[in-house]
Amino acid sequence: MLPGHRSIKTALRTALWFMFLTLPFMVVRVNTLKGEVEWRWQNMLWVGLAVFLLAIVWDIALSNRHKRSDRKPSASQTLSRLSQRVFHDKTVYLPIIAGVFCLALLFPWLFNTYQVNIMVLALMFVVLGLGLNITVGLAGLLDLGYIAFFAVGAYTYALLNTKFGVGFWFSLPIGGIVGATFGILLGFPILRLRGDYLAIVTLGFGSIAKIVFENWEEVFNGAKGIAGIGRPGLFNIEMSLEATTTYIYYLMVALVMFAAFMTNRLKESRIGRAWLALREDEIACVTMGIDMARTKLSAYAFGAFWAGLVGVIFAARNTYINPNSFTFMESALVLSVVVLGGMGSIVGVMIAAMVLILLPEYLRAVAEYRMLVFGAVMVLMMIFRPQGLVSNVHRYYRKHSETDAAQKG
Amino acid sequence: METLLQVNDLTMNFGGLRAIDHVSLEVRSGEIVALIGPNGAGKTTFFNCITGLYRPSAGEIRVFPPGQKEIRIDGFKPNRVTAIGMARTFQNIRLFSAMTVIENVMIGRHCRTSTNILGAILRGPRTRRQELETIDKSYALLEKVGLTRYANELARNLPYGAQRRLEIARALATDPFLLLLDEPAAGMNPRETKELDDLIVQIRDRDGLAILLIEHDMKLVMNISDRIVVMEYGKRIAEGTPDAIRNDPKVIEAYLGDETDA
Repeated sequence: MLPGHRSIKTALRTALWFMFLTLPFMVVRVNTLKGEVEWRWQNMLWVGLAVFLLAIVWDIALSNRHKRSDRKPSASQTLSRLSQRVFHDKTVYLPIIAGVFCLALLFPWLFNTYQVNIMVLALMFVVLGLGLNITVGLAGLLDLGYIAFFAVGAYTYALLNTKFGVGFWFSLPIGGIVGATFGILLGFPILRLRGDYLAIVTLGFGSIAKIVFENWEEVFNGAKGIAGIGRPGLFNIEMSLEATTTYIYYLMVALVMFAAFMTNRLKESRIGRAWLALREDEIACVTMGIDMARTKLSAYAFGAFWAGLVGVIFAARNTYINPNSFTFMESALVLSVVVLGGMGSIVGVMIAAMVLILLPEYLRAVAEYRMLVFGAVMVLMMIFRPQGLVSNVHRYYRKHSETDAAQKG
Repeated sequence: METLLQVNDLTMNFGGLRAIDHVSLEVRSGEIVALIGPNGAGKTTFFNCITGLYRPSAGEIRVFPPGQKEIRIDGFKPNRVTAIGMARTFQNIRLFSAMTVIENVMIGRHCRTSTNILGAILRGPRTRRQELETIDKSYALLEKVGLTRYANELARNLPYGAQRRLEIARALATDPFLLLLDEPAAGMNPRETKELDDLIVQIRDRDGLAILLIEHDMKLVMNISDRIVVMEYGKRIAEGTPDAIRNDPKVIEAYLGDETDA
């Protein structure tokens, strides 16, 4: 299909606008060595050309999309159907799970320590994503300060370990519980808030947590952070750095499986259904006999629990933490994981965390434009697939008598 | 017939506006009571007060759950009112639209089950039994309202009339002794209204529930109600059997306007 007269005009306008916008950082460069300003006009040309072409492709894609939605099922609907089939057919999903599991087990033997280290980071974000998925994805409670619970877990272990010599394995559950406790504490004042107000307040909480860690020198050692945190041990066996990395890797794999399992069990239970109902309609939810306060607090607590757990592992892996690891950027990243993956979808969140953490690591070549690409991907997702990569799969409920018959027959 | 719900001099103010002005009402077991009146008469506000969504400014609401002592419920949270045994539907359908039909009904079972977080994760025999019971009861309710074939569809994909019936099934899932229906026939065609008529009577006769309903469809109201209460401008202006209400000059005036105006 050829672009129409109008779409060319729009594309031209967009291109000009982008050329103007990108002028300061694409064209002008101050050479500090020679003390002069370089004007790279050819960059402007490239930007204009690229934006012009993209705008035309964009226009065609959009108009195709409108046409398709009138006639046959669109690509995204086909994808939804496909995912429904994948998740409901045992012969399809069991081999996939087995394959991914084997790959996960063999990973440290196939790749070097650097890759394993990046993978550990990605797996951490998988668990963080699964945790936030409970609060935001299932219960629909926006949380822009989620990373604060992660920080709470990390500082809990850092302090317990450096000041009292408490071991990693003992601290792990404590970190989770402290995280959950803070989830409940912060949950109380925001029980009645919704939408924009919830966003503002949780954003504030995230910032407050960081500021407290930064300024309470006596306890948290301020901006200097806490160093010399113990690595996770295994029966007092001395381990090399490489072995520890592999060890933490397997720990993370186990934690991911554990988190996915628990979230899935909750999702398909009385509690999970209450969370979903809360997300859909608060008023209908309470008139159906659901205690709003308890349901909200349990969602905050359970979400924060995972952040606390991962925080402990984060501190143990890095052996050093400071408040700069817990900025709004990290909260936004975890939230992007949930949104990109699909609200409430466990598999979607896992895939999204992998994509969002691994892509930037392997795109170091274009490191400067990472955030630009990141933003563009999010915008595209919102337009073409607002429900996320993998939309939430609803369990298929059969009548009890039917299940019995199926088992006997 | 014993009293189930007794509302005395209920008053609700919104700032300077008095939406309900000393309204009293009683529902006895096995009764279908209709609450009618022109738009803006305060019927839905009355429902919201009874079910705990609003805290009434004055007056008292007492319920007498069968086999239990009386409870004064004004000021209770909605979930407690539901737990006591009063369930409602909404005028503008409030389903959990992104959840499946069966899940919607299962939500209604929430207050009658007790699995906690730990139980849900461990999924022991008790939790499993509860879950199966929930599924079975929900299916039975869907059968009653004729929605079994939609069980695993998303609620938002249902036709309008079916959504209304799903709301009734969801309310029934909470095991109420009194069902409050807010304009259940709104937007329905005559055939659907007839089906609804049968369903409501069936709920009363077979399940032994009392029903309090707000409705504008006069044919439906006159057909099924035992008693009718009429409200206008927040006040109760009449109460009686369908025949008495039909011939009440005050009611005729409220609905048709004063003759001197015309």
